[in-house]
Amino acid sequence: MKFAVIVFPGSNCDADLLWALTEILGETAAYVRHDEESLAGFDGVLLPGGFSYGDYLRSGAIACCSKVMAEVKRFAKEGKPVFGICNGFQILTEAGLLPGTLLTNQSLHFICKTVALKVEHNQTPFTCDYAKGQVIQLPIAHGAGNYFCDDATLASLKANQQIIFTYAYENPNGSTAGIAGISNQGGNVLGMMPHPERAVEELLGSKDGLILFQSMLTYYRKVAVSQ
Amino acid sequence: MRRVKVYVSYKPSVLDPQGAAVKGTLHRMGYPEIADIRIGKYFDIQIAETVTNLEAMIEAICDQLLVNVNMETYEYELVEESVG
Repeated sequence: MKFAVIVFPGSNCDADLLWALTEILGETAAYVRHDEESLAGFDGVLLPGGFSYGDYLRSGAIACCSKVMAEVKRFAKEGKPVFGICNGFQILTEAGLLPGTLLTNQSLHFICKTVALKVEHNQTPFTCDYAKGQVIQLPIAHGAGNYFCDDATLASLKANQQIIFTYAYENPNGSTAGIAGISNQGGNVLGMMPHPERAVEELLGSKDGLILFQSMLTYYRKVAVSQ
Repeated sequence: MRRVKVYVSYKPSVLDPQGAAVKGTLHRMGYPEIADIRIGKYFDIQIAETVTNLEAMIEAICDQLLVNVNMETYEYELVEESVG
């Protein structure tokens, strides 16, 4: 499987992500700059964490207007996997690929620690190797991870099983319904605030994040076989 | 040049923790009368005279970039400036 890791000015988790995909997962991955126009030849697109454009205006707002995002939208529309982590999640909401938005943490603090997450839904291209209800440990590192949406959007997220990850025991940032990660209606676009790419080796304290990338691979191979 | 002022604020349904922190500070400073504070953004924009559909253009740039309609609302005013 060949992954594209999109690099915006101010991305800072791109190297961690590439490492996880190539050195740990053992697949192919390449950086794609924000001003490139094509994602031809890629099987999955990942938007890394960081502070694209210095979080000016709103987190992710400027990045979502960059040239490559038109191609990311086309890629998503074709049903191919698109996954945004942290700032990548913020960019996906700003781009309209995921509903809702990420507000400043309720405490106003930047929070950097490992949290427990519950896998709410495992019939997805990103979580199929997890057990439903499994509790995993992943790091968070954000100042604006407080997921917000209106009541109608929350009801439709629940009805369509789009809530993929929730904070398990404590809600660190004030997110609506404890939401840590959601998908689009088609299930092929995922955004989450926690960092699975920072939990892929024992050395990092947890390998729970690796299962997410393995899930993408499992799902990809299953689809490839069925076609 | 034409001048437009755009004011962006959180929707009433959105909690503004920064505004709440500033309000709490003012209470501690001896201003208990401050009932509420919400922090917003202000854009001061200069636009070429040649634009004919100014209001439509302002609304378009607000909807496309300046404002996230999921959490924010906006209002704007066209500033009449005397020349010279």
